[in-house]
Amino acid sequence: MSTTAVPDVAVAAVDEGFWTRNRKVGLVLLALGLLAAVLFGALATGEQARFTLSEDAAGAALEVKGTVGAIVFGLIALAAGGSMLAGLPKRWFVPVLAVGLVAFVLSFLCWQVSAAPTGQNFMPLVNIVRGTFLLALPLIFGSLAGVLCERSGVVNVAIEGQLLMGAFSGALFGSISGNVWVGLLAAAIGGSLISLLLAVFSIRYLVDQVVMGIVLNLLAVGITGFLYERLMQTDAARYNSAPRFSNWEIPLLSDIPLLGPALFRGNIFLYLALLLVLVIHIALFRTRWGLRTRSVGEHPTAADTLGVRVLGLRYRNVIMAGAVAGIGGASYTLALFSFTKNMIGGKGFIALAALIFGRWSPTGALLAALFFGFADQLATYLGAINSVIPGQFLAMLPYLATILAVAGLVGRVRAPAADGKPYIKG
Amino acid sequence: MSDPNSAQPGSPDKEPASEEQAGRTALGNTERAEAATTPGGPGPRPTLGRLFLENLWAANTFTVTLLSLVLAMVVGAVLMIISDPEVLATYGYITARPSDAINASWTLVSEAYANLFKGSVFDPAATTVNAALSPISETLTYTAPLVFTGLSVALAFRGGLFNIGAQGQATMGIILAALAGFLLPLPPGLHLLVAVLAGALGGAIWGFIPGILKARTGAHEVINTIMLNYIAVYFLTWLIVQNGVQDPSRTDAISRPVDASAQLPRLFGDGLRAHAGIILAVLATWAVAWLLNRSTLGFELRAVGANPDAARTAGISVTRTYVLVMVFAGALAGLGGSQMVLGTTAAALTPLVVAQIGFDGILVALLGRVKPWGVALAALLFGALQAGGNRMQSYSGISLELVTVLQALIVIFIAAPALVKAIFQLRAARTARLQTSLAKGW
Repeated sequence: MSTTAVPDVAVAAVDEGFWTRNRKVGLVLLALGLLAAVLFGALATGEQARFTLSEDAAGAALEVKGTVGAIVFGLIALAAGGSMLAGLPKRWFVPVLAVGLVAFVLSFLCWQVSAAPTGQNFMPLVNIVRGTFLLALPLIFGSLAGVLCERSGVVNVAIEGQLLMGAFSGALFGSISGNVWVGLLAAAIGGSLISLLLAVFSIRYLVDQVVMGIVLNLLAVGITGFLYERLMQTDAARYNSAPRFSNWEIPLLSDIPLLGPALFRGNIFLYLALLLVLVIHIALFRTRWGLRTRSVGEHPTAADTLGVRVLGLRYRNVIMAGAVAGIGGASYTLALFSFTKNMIGGKGFIALAALIFGRWSPTGALLAALFFGFADQLATYLGAINSVIPGQFLAMLPYLATILAVAGLVGRVRAPAADGKPYIKG
Repeated sequence: MSDPNSAQPGSPDKEPASEEQAGRTALGNTERAEAATTPGGPGPRPTLGRLFLENLWAANTFTVTLLSLVLAMVVGAVLMIISDPEVLATYGYITARPSDAINASWTLVSEAYANLFKGSVFDPAATTVNAALSPISETLTYTAPLVFTGLSVALAFRGGLFNIGAQGQATMGIILAALAGFLLPLPPGLHLLVAVLAGALGGAIWGFIPGILKARTGAHEVINTIMLNYIAVYFLTWLIVQNGVQDPSRTDAISRPVDASAQLPRLFGDGLRAHAGIILAVLATWAVAWLLNRSTLGFELRAVGANPDAARTAGISVTRTYVLVMVFAGALAGLGGSQMVLGTTAAALTPLVVAQIGFDGILVALLGRVKPWGVALAALLFGALQAGGNRMQSYSGISLELVTVLQALIVIFIAAPALVKAIFQLRAARTARLQTSLAKGW
């Protein structure tokens, strides 16, 4: 709809004149910095805010007086915003924005930590980092599944269903066989079953892909819920007691302060997720398969003309996506909890948000997933120190961020051109 | 595109109309919604009986819907059998004594589905009037909100927007309706009216946001409505535990109950749950049908839905239409939400008070072929499945989740008529226009 002459629908916000997008973002950041310096500074107490490099209050820590920290970091954010407003060279935009946002978060944390009940004025960074990755795990797998699917032109709203099916089949077959690896394989197959349905109906029967995704989510909720009540609830010992992957400590790396205990003493799913991000990133941008996938997602007719089997490639990618998401679901049932009804609880949709927020790229998806995981972990932490900020509002953060991103307020995101459009060879 | 008076060959369609041999007139439209208004086409008419037979086994809307239901129930039966260890055990020696396996399966499945029927339509064992009316009453109770959310999704669909946010809009509707229901001291009658309107307002606000974002920035409404669904849920869980909202006598997350003066009156006396919401639902269906087919706005809406570029060229403000569509859709979903707390389903806000009505609304809209009266009938079917599912759960021990499976499967089969056609070797029918491909990508 961008070819029309009548500018009825503003298709893209074209910023002309003084108020470029960078300046607008700068203004927002300036306001945030001001808010942080004034409000957070005023609310913070004179207590030392300690950020410990361990799991508790002990050990080495970065310390700053609450009020001082809140004001200083607020001023940094303010300065970052101000420099953008003053007209920063374009290449400095992203780093300065990052500095400003991080400073804003730090100012917020200085206030929160210093205002915590006496004796709890510390934030155990190891826990925070570990929790962030743990909570981000299903999001990383889910959004990678989205990348695989959508880069080849099939919208994947069924991530939730794929995660759920993976979690369920991992738990069921892991329990029956008593073997984690069988469980892992079953989880991958379970996830790909859902995506096989997505593939068949959207590619062969041309059903609207968003519709199909929504319906498949409900189907997955129904089937797993039904079988959970019929099998797992009646005989949990037999059907819902899957063995779990233990944590693997990586020598040397696990001794790195802060990151070591948080990152390199995790279970297989953590390593697998990071590995998959790397593999998919390289595969997507450096291999023949990746080039074909991207071309099918952008312009299937052109790809077809050049001899790429569009439909075959889409089938393959969608099914692979299901397997990845299925493994993500198993990161719950084969490592943390036993299966419960609807245990994914909307994580699939946050993964979708991460995919969009990460601009349909594997590394972007990883960063977005970590950001959302951090927001989640922060909500838990603030709950523990009786913060005045309700956890629910922090939980809204991923969704709000995505809306802002999609609306073009923080940089425009663009989906693959052929995403969601069935290809009819003709 | 649904002008019943048009006798021209079907409008652009995915399935080529050339396979078609049965009717040269726009007949065989077994869709109840339009059956009454469909006049015969020009030219010599074959006899009604012949037409009926020819169209009975053709891939028209009615047959496909019915067969989808059958297919879904078959899959449901398989699920019941494989999840029942005792019945499954009889399959271990099926070659030796096949009758055991068949009898056990038949007993299990037929009892379950009989309970589904008894719980939703009529129980032959009922002795009192109340007991006889009870299944229908339950069905209507579950139907009412689904009509609204289904209409919400269908209306947006017709305007070319995919409203996945009915869930969030219903959530905001339920919040405002409940707040008006227990915070405002108003006389009966007026109180109910205000509460219902508050529900519509809540939904409308939540529909306005993706509408204006779509119109102003082109942000895809599917993404935004999904995100808004979750924001609404978190807002609800936060709100419930605030002072003045939470029930003072409770420690768990539940709000104060809605005043009696703001509750929808019951239809069949106090013993049965059916409430006036179903009457509102019928009125809403009529209103949406009028809006779509008879009003200027409806025409503009359909034009924008069919082709926004052409509509813009014709002088229709696409921006305004997008916003209005989403506001109306949101208001409908909000009304649906308000039924959940002003009706007999619940009297107070809890985190799960909205249930699944928004997502079910998507299925209902698709099943109803995004036409108002079709949506109402689809909601009736889903309401019946829900009501019957309750009885199936308590009498046959078949989890209510089976109903979700059935509903999802029905819609999957509906959405892929080619599959149903292939399974049952149906004849092609021109009247089966199954328009589910309305949202185009992100």
